[in-house]
Amino acid sequence: MAQPKGRPVLVLGEFESADSLMVAAEQVRDAGFTHWDCYTPYPIHGLDEKMGVKATALPWFVLGGGLTGCFVGFLMQWFMNAFDYPFMISGKPTWSVPANIPVSFELTILFSAFGAFFGMLAMNGLPRFYRPHFRSERFRRATNDRYFIGIEARDRSFDPAKNQDLLSSLGASHVEVVEE
Amino acid sequence: MAEAVARIGGEIDNTQDVPGRRENLILGNQNDSTVTDVVCRIVETKPTKGWFIALFFSLSVLGLLGILVPYLIFTGIGVWGVNNPVGWGFAIVNFVFWVGIGHAGTLISAILFLFRQKWRTSINRAAEAMTIFAVMFAGLFPGIHVGRAWFAYWMFPLPNQMSMWPNFRSPLLWDVFAVGTYFTVSLLFWYMGMIPDIATLRDRAENKFRRLGYGLLAMGWTGSNRMWHRYERAYLLLAALATPLVLSVHSVVSFDFAVSLVPGWHTTIFPPYFVAGAIFSGFAMVVTLLVPCRAIFGLKEIITLRHLENMNKIIMVTGLMVGYAYGIEFFIAWYGGNAVEKFTFQNRAFGQYAWAYWIMVSCNVISPQIYWFKKARTSLVIMFIVSIFVNIGMWFERFVITISSLANDFVPSAWDYYKPTFVDIGILIGAFGLFFTMFTLFCRFLPFIAISEVKAVVADQNRAAELALLHSTQPGEAPSGAEPAPAGAGG
Repeated sequence: MAQPKGRPVLVLGEFESADSLMVAAEQVRDAGFTHWDCYTPYPIHGLDEKMGVKATALPWFVLGGGLTGCFVGFLMQWFMNAFDYPFMISGKPTWSVPANIPVSFELTILFSAFGAFFGMLAMNGLPRFYRPHFRSERFRRATNDRYFIGIEARDRSFDPAKNQDLLSSLGASHVEVVEE
Repeated sequence: MAEAVARIGGEIDNTQDVPGRRENLILGNQNDSTVTDVVCRIVETKPTKGWFIALFFSLSVLGLLGILVPYLIFTGIGVWGVNNPVGWGFAIVNFVFWVGIGHAGTLISAILFLFRQKWRTSINRAAEAMTIFAVMFAGLFPGIHVGRAWFAYWMFPLPNQMSMWPNFRSPLLWDVFAVGTYFTVSLLFWYMGMIPDIATLRDRAENKFRRLGYGLLAMGWTGSNRMWHRYERAYLLLAALATPLVLSVHSVVSFDFAVSLVPGWHTTIFPPYFVAGAIFSGFAMVVTLLVPCRAIFGLKEIITLRHLENMNKIIMVTGLMVGYAYGIEFFIAWYGGNAVEKFTFQNRAFGQYAWAYWIMVSCNVISPQIYWFKKARTSLVIMFIVSIFVNIGMWFERFVITISSLANDFVPSAWDYYKPTFVDIGILIGAFGLFFTMFTLFCRFLPFIAISEVKAVVADQNRAAELALLHSTQPGEAPSGAEPAPAGAGG
């Protein structure tokens, strides 16, 4: 935030259709950009390969959550019913795995779901209410019916003028520089 | 499309199954912006008079709950009709009924997602909302059923001054975990699905309050492809997790009965039978809600006859499963050779609760048979009436199971007749008030349709149409660029 106002932080190129975005994304990837992204109103299948996005590590969060849930479930039931306060009910063993399966199963699912939901938010950097994108009036259509490519200032080849030319040459119908 | 469009009662007929041709799931010449407009219009325009009337009506019915529940808590459960053999009255009947209703939402959003049933995209949001509101009663009814509601927290494994823990060998405790997990996971699934659509509402917002409210809920979603990538993976995983969950929840609810020794409850068929019944009643409730909503909110092109017909097919199939379970229960009662069990089932059909039993059979087994006829499956009037019958029938199913088994168990000297009081009936009706109030508010303030998912379906559809056109003019040449997503079953 210490930077003076007016420093360019983002170059946005607007595309009319998913097809033209696809073609352009491939070119931007091949030009060697790393800190850039496509913005679309719905997930476009096939764009990951064109952009060179690697498979996410999210499933590991979910696995970790699931294992934790299962472990916590069994441990809790053992501790409460067999260790801390053993209590004989209808002559059944105080520690009996079959009776403990439903609760452990539900906790496995619960913790895996937390892993999936909160893992997704964390990896996507959500919630984050300020992004330079929101300074652009036109970008509001990114969640409606327009497709954007955005190149961020942290990219090594970030150069507002050159990047704008590149995006226009790739078929962007409108390009703009977003300033801080 | 130069050919004349076939219609059924004023609706465009997209229910044909012609080999080699896939009927469109979304009608009209739609594209990204028209889909956004149609769905956001519901939230952005001024509410209609009809909406206010619906809200007012729901709120006044809700008032019944607001008066009777405190009355119950301050007076004690003597105001209910429960008596000595029948300790589980309307509270448990209502609990099982509402949890059952809650099954359709997750089934539509998770199981149909895994099976690549694209028609789910038009109805999943509303069905999930319905699930959330229905499962809320799963918290309310056991909470008041325990009698001393201020001790309801004893159901949870909380450290306490008595240093006692709940008994984890009891299915009632399994239920606490099953329903708690189900509510939480359904809520996460519903909310996550809405994030991109709330971002759409945020970006279209005209005034500050909307912008702030939707902005907070959208959490700064931009629709970046790297976000979508993780989002889609999370969605898939949540669907894969919710699928065994949805099947387990009603199984665990059925354990409340099946693990006990009461004749009529102690049967191994209960878990699958309850799950089928839950899906049956849940879909019926979705049809009950969507038939009027699609007309009121102008969504006939998005929720088409095909969607409704598909749901009616599921209602018929699960109705047959439920009917089969009713039959098998009688067969096993006879074949098992247990005198008490045999008596219980004879008593169900011909005893003091025979009236409830036959209401259940007529509503659940007989009324969906009309769906063998396509005319009935595509008639809005018939499907609305049948869906209400199924709702009634499924409520009576829980009534028959709970009450008739308890009222006449092993020893005739212990028998009694359970009669609900006005408090029982008032709370039953009041619950519908809360349900409809929540649903009416949902319609106005949150995206009723999964906008981004419908857009993906529309994009596939438009691409298929383009390809077909290209194919007819220049065979062997396809446009480059975006590949269509793997062709899903048209449903």
